[in-house]
Amino acid sequence: MADEKKTLVKVEHLKEYFNIKTGMFKSTPLKAVDDVSFEIKKGETLGLVGESGCGKTTVGRTILRLYEPTDGKIFYDGVEIKSKASLKEFRKKATMVFQDPYSSLNPRMTVTDIIAEPLDIHKLCKTKEERKARVLELMDYVGLNSEHAVRYAHEFSGGQRQRIGIARSLAVNPEFIVCDEPVSALDVSIQAQVINMFDELQDRLGLTYLFIAHDLLVVRHISDRIAVMYLGRMVEMGEAQEIYNHPMHPYSKSLLSAVPVPDPKIARANKRIVLEGDIPSPLNAPSGCPFRTRCRYATEACAESMPDFNDVGGGHFVACHRVAEIN
Amino acid sequence: MDHLLEVNHLKTSFFTNAGEVKAVNDVSFTLDRGKVLGIVGESGSGKSVTAYSIMQILAPTGKIVGGSVLLDGEELVGASEKKMKEVRGNKISIIFQDPMTSMNPTYTVGHQLEEAIMLHTNRNREQAKARAIEMLRLCNVNEPEKRVKQYPHEHSGGMRQRCMIAMALACEPDILIADEPTTALDVTIQAQILELMKSLQEELGMAIIMITHDLGVVAQLCDEVIVMYAGGICEHGTADEIYYNPKHEYTKGLMRSIPTADTAGHKLQPIEGTPIDLLNMPKGCPFAPRCENALKVCITHAPCKVRINENHTSSCWMCIKEGLEAGTMKPEDLPEDAREVLING
Repeated sequence: MADEKKTLVKVEHLKEYFNIKTGMFKSTPLKAVDDVSFEIKKGETLGLVGESGCGKTTVGRTILRLYEPTDGKIFYDGVEIKSKASLKEFRKKATMVFQDPYSSLNPRMTVTDIIAEPLDIHKLCKTKEERKARVLELMDYVGLNSEHAVRYAHEFSGGQRQRIGIARSLAVNPEFIVCDEPVSALDVSIQAQVINMFDELQDRLGLTYLFIAHDLLVVRHISDRIAVMYLGRMVEMGEAQEIYNHPMHPYSKSLLSAVPVPDPKIARANKRIVLEGDIPSPLNAPSGCPFRTRCRYATEACAESMPDFNDVGGGHFVACHRVAEIN
Repeated sequence: MDHLLEVNHLKTSFFTNAGEVKAVNDVSFTLDRGKVLGIVGESGSGKSVTAYSIMQILAPTGKIVGGSVLLDGEELVGASEKKMKEVRGNKISIIFQDPMTSMNPTYTVGHQLEEAIMLHTNRNREQAKARAIEMLRLCNVNEPEKRVKQYPHEHSGGMRQRCMIAMALACEPDILIADEPTTALDVTIQAQILELMKSLQEELGMAIIMITHDLGVVAQLCDEVIVMYAGGICEHGTADEIYYNPKHEYTKGLMRSIPTADTAGHKLQPIEGTPIDLLNMPKGCPFAPRCENALKVCITHAPCKVRINENHTSSCWMCIKEGLEAGTMKPEDLPEDAREVLING
């Protein structure tokens, strides 16, 4: 089914290196994202999961060109996003919802001004009345009352603030939204409200999401496909249920088994694959496969070369030398 | 049997410029040796303040305004600071959520561990050092001899949380309070820390109070669960009772709102509304404004605690109503005016 839909976002061999000063005259590249390729179809939600420092946020930000990519290409609707001129047009179609609803809203602006800022920048409203009407429409989309329009951000709870942030990202009528951990700062009961809202907005406005999160239960719920990242590399990608039920990469396996299931009986019976050690520093990543230092299946071959990101069938991609042997 | 810890009608308030905030409002529970008690709730539900009240490490504006905390039969509320210093660390230890800020960045990890050990035991620096290394090894820290000479910034988050656990356990407390110990950590590291806490608990036989908002974490570790909302306990029972037989509308709502394997492709069922403002507490049940099954009596009267079975209590008018219908509760047990509203409303 997914094949019939057209590709909206295509990322090819994306690399994002940050230069970190490691001495007075020396700097070392920190490979935040290293050779990542994927596609997102129109109307789809791609979940991007991984632990802190794996580069998932950097992927999201680089796609929107908040960071200049070191190498690689980004296509949106078949057109490569390159020049500054195409960037402004692009940002009318692709927006972002940020993680922290406390620091991503200007405390000195009213809700109206926050939501209307993208409208002002892109000069989308000709008259004041039009602007006001559009802001009220957007507030209605996200379940805020019109009386909230003249208030300031600090007067709202976390969940309501996140709604304001979402209304702002919807202002330009985007097709594609990068959601960077949009519900991690919220309480469980509020989290479910906001997730439902993302669902409803997708149905209503035909949105495409790149949904970045570390909460695997949330990602499974909302995503059509899921990509797993580790140390700047994509290690596995496939249909959401397929990844959850039959993870093939040893890292995805242990990541999924580490998720605390809210069910005491399952929790007691569950044999977790507890990984040894910590994530290596991306400044000093291991040679070959990045996961080999914590992988119990690692052999010498894993230290020599980076495994290819291969389709093992049905659009399920895995980057592991020993994928055939261990599954 | 005497309980290790007995909290009775504990009330803690913060006196702010805007008025009195009743952060903990009439909380009672007991904890026995070797048990793991989970306290779950959303931000502002009073779960951390309950723990801080037991330890008496509240912010200056906070004050225990009522109730008692008995540790091994000894009253802690109103005890002298000298007495509390003996309790903290020796009898009850706490680990905090953020391992990044709970250590002093200007001293080595070893120094901080030794400091804690020397303060509470009669060991000298040498012995304390040996004990620190021993504790770190117990907490699965690799190369503890090397680690004690390092500063906190040289450790990862998971490693720092291990050091905090080592510090908390160095004096073999009877109770370990863990205030969201894994919230700041990644899932694979969280799994390591939970495994560690579980094995240490079995090895050392201490009791743990696990404070978290994550129902998954509670399910991994806890024997008993308390669900808090707006400073009060809404439901209390064994883990199995709370997860498989929730009675309070809030607990039911929480359980429903978690995404699971079955919800993919469907809508989640959130709890509508926003968390309560503690400065404007309603007269009746604090959850009533968000409760879809709220009765008339829920708005006018606060519910009393109902025993569902020997392992389970709940404070919800729905349970009281069911109890009356089933005959397990008598109308005489209720205050007269509340009874009127319940039956006629």
